[in-house]
Amino acid sequence: MRFGARLISGDKPGHPVLSVLLIALLVALAGAPFFFPGTRSLAVASQICIFIVLAASYDIMLGYTGIVSFAHTMFFGMGAYGVAIPLANGWVGWDAILLGTVGGVLLAVVVAIGIGLLSLRVQAIFFSMVTLAVASFAQLLATQLRGITGGEDGLTFSVPRVLSPAFRLLAQPLFGVRLDGRVMTYYLIFAVTLVLFLLMLRIANSPFGSVLKAIRENGFRAEALGYRTVVYRTLAGALSAAIAAVAGALMALLLRYNGPDTTLSFSIMVDILLMVVIGGMGTLYGPALGAVVIVLAQYYLQPAMQALSDATAGLPLLPAIFHPDRWLLWLGVLFVLIVYFFPAGIVGSLRGRARKG
Amino acid sequence: MSGSALAPILETRGLSIRFGGQIAVDQVSCAFHSGTLTAIVGPNGAGKTTYFNLISGQLRATSGDVFLRGARITGMAAPLRARRGLGRAFQLTNLFPDLTVLENVRLAVQARAGIGLHALGLASDHVDLIERARFYLNRVRLTPRADAAAAALNHGDQRKLEVAILLALEPAVFMFDEPTAGMSVDEVPVILDLIEAIKADGDKTILLVEHKMDVVRRLADRVIVLHQGALVADGEPAEVVASAIVQEAYLGVRRSEAAHG
Ligand SMILES: Nc1ncnc2c1ncn2[C@@H]1O[C@H](COP(=O)(O)OP(=O)(O)OP(=O)(O)O)[C@@H](O)[C@H]1O
Ligand SMILES: [Mg+2]
Repeated sequence: MRFGARLISGDKPGHPVLSVLLIALLVALAGAPFFFPGTRSLAVASQICIFIVLAASYDIMLGYTGIVSFAHTMFFGMGAYGVAIPLANGWVGWDAILLGTVGGVLLAVVVAIGIGLLSLRVQAIFFSMVTLAVASFAQLLATQLRGITGGEDGLTFSVPRVLSPAFRLLAQPLFGVRLDGRVMTYYLIFAVTLVLFLLMLRIANSPFGSVLKAIRENGFRAEALGYRTVVYRTLAGALSAAIAAVAGALMALLLRYNGPDTTLSFSIMVDILLMVVIGGMGTLYGPALGAVVIVLAQYYLQPAMQALSDATAGLPLLPAIFHPDRWLLWLGVLFVLIVYFFPAGIVGSLRGRARKG
Repeated sequence: MSGSALAPILETRGLSIRFGGQIAVDQVSCAFHSGTLTAIVGPNGAGKTTYFNLISGQLRATSGDVFLRGARITGMAAPLRARRGLGRAFQLTNLFPDLTVLENVRLAVQARAGIGLHALGLASDHVDLIERARFYLNRVRLTPRADAAAAALNHGDQRKLEVAILLALEPAVFMFDEPTAGMSVDEVPVILDLIEAIKADGDKTILLVEHKMDVVRRLADRVIVLHQGALVADGEPAEVVASAIVQEAYLGVRRSEAAHG
């Protein structure tokens, strides 16, 4: 296999349009601070990266083993609190970040294995219910243990100097962009995203990944071949949880804050589900594209509607339809349209077309 | 038979299962020896498939025991039994529908190789496993369809794939459940020749559920008869097939075969 193909573990996008989209995404993200200067655009690009990791890691559960978990934001939160707690307590250093991330990942893995072994023996639907219960409990815990988690208010903290906004890598701007701590933070997030995404592609195309697909297709038959579905699903859950926790650590570093609303809320869980379904389950590339669509919509749909609303100010009805307060409605419309025209998600539908054509 | 003097590889003792009020398998005690092919016959609903499910672990016995190489495996989960060498093919085709034909077989080869938990290498780098999968596909004459989705195969080819998956598991005990049912006349010999080839290995144990008496006479060393869940006859093919009880069961089969078309 050629080097490029090996890098993506031989998992070709499967449609020319898809290849173009993915390469464009990679280039755009790699040069984001230079192509889209400004604090807000950098925040958007960072969020896109983090949600690519989060949605793709969720896909390992939903897309590759076919089970629905509602605990993904809980694992996301574990990584975020893992980083936030030591930093907020005045231990500001890379060792604290590393240790906090490892701690969050380990906790996520232990809890994921516990949930898996307890409930996957029974039935997939039981697993979903248990994840919902455990995630609600974790949310409650985070808001109640004020002394550790900061409760509803969360934790605000400083980050190592290199990542803080005041830091300057070069005295002079490069291509007109000041290489400050925000840019450093972005590239840290981007690098981790790239590595984790390639890692997930590899796992999906490993012998282990092939068993996950087999279990999704026909668990009964996989068992008859000698694969213990509980073990495989539990491990997939642990892996997915571990990667979500790393994404959480990145989120905390980006915001220099962590609280229940930024990492634990169920509305984030809904966003993740939308990303995976819109992009196409079980493809990894799909959830990555889904993450782009949803994050962009969240940031730019409202301003775009404001503009439309203003532009149509003199006309009847239209300004009301495009009133920015209705942006959720339009997000819903967008979702329905995508599901209608791409029932297998963006990637699934394009691949289906490539196979026929 | 040379194997009969030795300890049996597989044995059931008083094996029973009840579904609600109905006894589907009723106190079946039977020992199977290496190197023999045992045909299991009986009318529709006699409990043959259910007996298989109890042996390979898809169902749990209400009472009685299963022993493999002398070890009690009655409560063991199906995957562990498969790894200990109980290989099962299904009467109702049971495949990975959206995966390719080759991948269906490769998964069986991979299970046999025991590398399913390897998460950091690429499956496509295990060229030896892919070659083995191709080898078994070739044995059932499915090589031209290797890249098709399993769901896209016609019924006869799906039956062949089912057999290829079992072969690829390379088990000690082969359990075939009506492998040729619904196949066209010219496809049947491919499967029967394969079963004969496994038999010729000499050290394999084969359990074959089969309705067609000519197949039974051709392949079996021994025939057991299930009737309403109970084992009612056991012996040499010629003698069992001729017995009154099989005549009754066989006629029952003939009727149902006519009904199936
Ligand atoms: N899971 C189950 N739940 C309830 N009843 C079952 C179940 N499996 C089998 N049975 C019943 O057990 C009896 C034996 O069925 P089985 O499939 O073992 O028969 P068989 O001998 O394989 O028949 P055939 O020749 O038609 O394949 C039937 O009456 C069937 O309805
Ligand atoms: Mg049957």
